[in-house]
Amino acid sequence: MATQLESQSVISEEIARVHAAMLERPGGAPQPLTDFPPYRSSVLRHPTQDQRHADPEGVELVAPVFGHSDVDTVEADLTIQHAGEPIGERMVLTGRVVDGEGRPVRRQLVEIWQANAGGRYVHKRDQHPAPLDPHFTGVGRCLTDDEGHYRFTTIKPGPYPWRNHHNAWRPAHIHVSLFGHEFTQRLVTQVYFPGDPLLALDPIYQSLSDPAARERLVAAYDHDLTTHEWATGYRWDVVLTGSHATPLQRPSDREDDHG
Amino acid sequence: MAEPTPAQTVGPFFADALPYPGDRLLLAPGTPGAVRLHGTVRDGAGEPIPDALVELRQADAAGRVPRVEGSLHRDGRFTGWGRAATDGGGRFHFWTVEPGGVEGGAAFFALTVFARGLTERLFTRAYLPGEQDVFLDGLPEGERRTLQTVREDDGSLRFDVRLQGEGETVFLRFPGHHR
Repeated sequence: MATQLESQSVISEEIARVHAAMLERPGGAPQPLTDFPPYRSSVLRHPTQDQRHADPEGVELVAPVFGHSDVDTVEADLTIQHAGEPIGERMVLTGRVVDGEGRPVRRQLVEIWQANAGGRYVHKRDQHPAPLDPHFTGVGRCLTDDEGHYRFTTIKPGPYPWRNHHNAWRPAHIHVSLFGHEFTQRLVTQVYFPGDPLLALDPIYQSLSDPAARERLVAAYDHDLTTHEWATGYRWDVVLTGSHATPLQRPSDREDDHG
Repeated sequence: MAEPTPAQTVGPFFADALPYPGDRLLLAPGTPGAVRLHGTVRDGAGEPIPDALVELRQADAAGRVPRVEGSLHRDGRFTGWGRAATDGGGRFHFWTVEPGGVEGGAAFFALTVFARGLTERLFTRAYLPGEQDVFLDGLPEGERRTLQTVREDDGSLRFDVRLQGEGETVFLRFPGHHR
């Protein structure tokens, strides 16, 4: 007999309790709680000791470097990877990546992965009985440009069920992996869509106790990005954490010196 | 200053997106000077984690930090960066060189750990055996051990990662990182 799964109302009450407790804590919480029991998989996978303060040194001050030898420009279009067109709402996701000082993160790798329009991942562990799309893999890469802009063309992902609790559904989202100027600025996150009723119920999204922090993960619909008879447009900008290197150690600043 | 964009878990479905051919081979196995860095990622119950991802950043043997593109298509270039998903037994490995210390510092591999169930990435260091620095010396013995690679009989380096519980790995918070 399978373990009895909790109901959504039990999970929602747990989320509300943790959020209420966090309100008492000064300073806010701009990053997700690692110890967040409503997200059941976190229970045995979060560190219990405080992270140790360290000053970054050596390699930690330098992000890996990527370039055009790493990424083909066609990898930014997830709708042209197969012989036919994928099913679903064609959309553009674009925005700008800056570091904590507001400097653009130039020519840096951005990776995305997502479910198809029916909410199904290609991954073999995805058991959701929704159809695979033979024309959609759901994986893309691009490099940011000289102003830090990235741009993907894709299909709007569907929501999908998971087994965190009974009748659990993830809101539609795209996973995004980003690098900055420094190794310490590494970010993996998920971007969501405005007005999704599942956001309020989702223990992964709600692992951010600060409503303003959650809002930063929701892309904005932008009609100026929407193109006539072709695709809808969503804008989502990214701010990485601050940098530690002195100006002389920063390769991007050195490049500025040379025009 | 703008607030940072928050993290979310890497989730269970990154295996078709983030790993790529040669991701863990900073050097071809068998290259003179190549070493295998390997370990197991475990949870609070001591169970191996089959859906974790480890990324590695390091200097070359002379302690120089590569600023070289080409990690996705290496073409013989040493970029000082690699990525390895864990297998069904929670194991990961890299083929690489032992880094030199950068600017007189201790020699270590910088690692980032991601996993389903882990809501944000964790940073740690895997020091070469016998290396010392102020940071390491400032830790209690039990914690210090979690950051030291172990030389195996076959010459490889072992570095196990424990996300929680007995022997929990020391993870790092850098200035400006909120907790």
